[in-house]
Amino acid sequence: MGIRERLSGNEAVAYAIKQVNPDVMPAFPITPSTEIPQIVASYIANGEMDTEFIPVESEHSAMSATIGASAAGARALTATSSCGMALMWELLYVAASNRLPLALTLVNRALSGPININCDHSDSMGARDSGWIQVYAENNQEVYDNFIQAYRISEHKDVHLPIMICQDGFITSHALANIELLEDDKVKQFVGEYTPENFLLNSKEPMSLGPYAVSNYYMETKKAQTEAMKNAKKVILDVGKEFGEMSGRTYGFFEEYRLEDADYAVVIIGSAAGTTKDAIDQLRSQGKKVGLLKLRVFRPFPDKEIADALRNCKAIGIMDRSESFSGQAGPLTAEVTAALYRYKVDSNIVSYIYGLGGRDYRAEDALEVFSELEDVTVNGKEIEQFRYIGLRSR
Amino acid sequence: MKDTVEIRWHGRGGQGAKTAALLLADVCFKHGKNVQGFPEYGPERMGAPITAYNRISDNELRVHSNIYDPDYVVVVDETLLETIDVTAGLSESGAIIINTPRPKEEIIPHLKGYKGAVYTIDARRISEETLGKYFPNSPMLAATVAVSNVMEKEEFLKQMEDSYRHKFSKKPEVIEGNMQALRMTFEEVQ
Repeated sequence: MGIRERLSGNEAVAYAIKQVNPDVMPAFPITPSTEIPQIVASYIANGEMDTEFIPVESEHSAMSATIGASAAGARALTATSSCGMALMWELLYVAASNRLPLALTLVNRALSGPININCDHSDSMGARDSGWIQVYAENNQEVYDNFIQAYRISEHKDVHLPIMICQDGFITSHALANIELLEDDKVKQFVGEYTPENFLLNSKEPMSLGPYAVSNYYMETKKAQTEAMKNAKKVILDVGKEFGEMSGRTYGFFEEYRLEDADYAVVIIGSAAGTTKDAIDQLRSQGKKVGLLKLRVFRPFPDKEIADALRNCKAIGIMDRSESFSGQAGPLTAEVTAALYRYKVDSNIVSYIYGLGGRDYRAEDALEVFSELEDVTVNGKEIEQFRYIGLRSR
Repeated sequence: MKDTVEIRWHGRGGQGAKTAALLLADVCFKHGKNVQGFPEYGPERMGAPITAYNRISDNELRVHSNIYDPDYVVVVDETLLETIDVTAGLSESGAIIINTPRPKEEIIPHLKGYKGAVYTIDARRISEETLGKYFPNSPMLAATVAVSNVMEKEEFLKQMEDSYRHKFSKKPEVIEGNMQALRMTFEEVQ
């Protein structure tokens, strides 16, 4: 049995970092992720862990130093949010293309402007094409569990990619809630020691990292990255299963909640999934066949698995917590819809944008979405296919 | 007691309403409950109105929205009564708890016709008498426990004493003051 505790999402990640005890953590503070390096720095100062903490002068340097440490052969990580990640932008691609298995604990926050400190997914969704693995969490328990699995996925020899462990800013990062922690020795044993195959400080095998690639070579590196991302699918499932054997909590690409016989489904990422579950229980008690697909892994994108899980739904509401300004859907909707088309799932799709800049998402919002999906299907009601919910009425 | 008790706190930045919500979550956690304690973050600064929330339940808490129909509302600063609609959505079978030296009769006209129970507590006087300074947290926390019955008073006092011993291990002189503030509140809240 685990240890019954109560921690905020940020405290939970910091505790997981302490238990994993990586080699190097460069970081620069930004709301709402600041507490993570702050708590880790306290652990180090108190002698509870021996990670080398590097206070840097910007997020660009934080990611650069994390890349440098990882290239040298260290297990490295950093933490950031929003504009902090935007300042890391060019380095995100450098980390991925150099195949460095480092970790980023991202506390999702809206990008400016207008300047806003609250949750949405525009920071990580904007980085979806940078070559990072992306794992999202519903609550403090999941972000803790996800971080403990992170290096097992990223460092796997078939993967070698950086990994982003995401949670919703303030909504989970600053909310105190119950959690079940694992014993230190169990975590240590699960994560294991890091033994890099190739690294800069290996004097026996001198190597160079991050060189210029002429057109004759560049494209092959991209193909290698995409193959690694495809390989990550199996590794994520294997690690999620093994984690389940150890902790009792098994993880896959997504969670299906009352989805098996559902006529109407919502696809959503993060903390809003919990709120949606309450709405689903309410509707199920009235005999409505409704369910949820909560996506945990957005990169690699489990397209066939999603299509199969949604195959029998009459209507699907896909909920994006970020804009992509295509004028027709958010990024999650675009990718899920493509998967449904490719695997020949014919269903009514409605794309919803919700919760931008911390706009509260309530169980009532989920009830409205399900009611609309039913209306579209049963009564043939024609609605705008791309919709915002939760907008101010005045 | 219904499945989940929902509490909304109104205070001003720097007064500790957020800390009080986290402390309540903490003490209910120790009592074996599932808890949530979270603030609503905006551009916070000293003196600006802030809101914090608690959910306390025997069941798993999955909802992550703010609380719109609370069972209890706690007002840490009575000047907020003039600017904030503190009783918005408040259940009439619940209660509102207000930090004020004034009698209830003077407060009720400011509550926009709220028909549920109204409790007052003079947290400033209790705090100044027991701690020598104005820290409304301990009295407001005790008043909330007394009114909401989220746990037995004796159990609450025992858990709080443990917490204070841990928190103030280097300042043991403030433990008794805080405990006295809790006990005085239990006697005075009305």
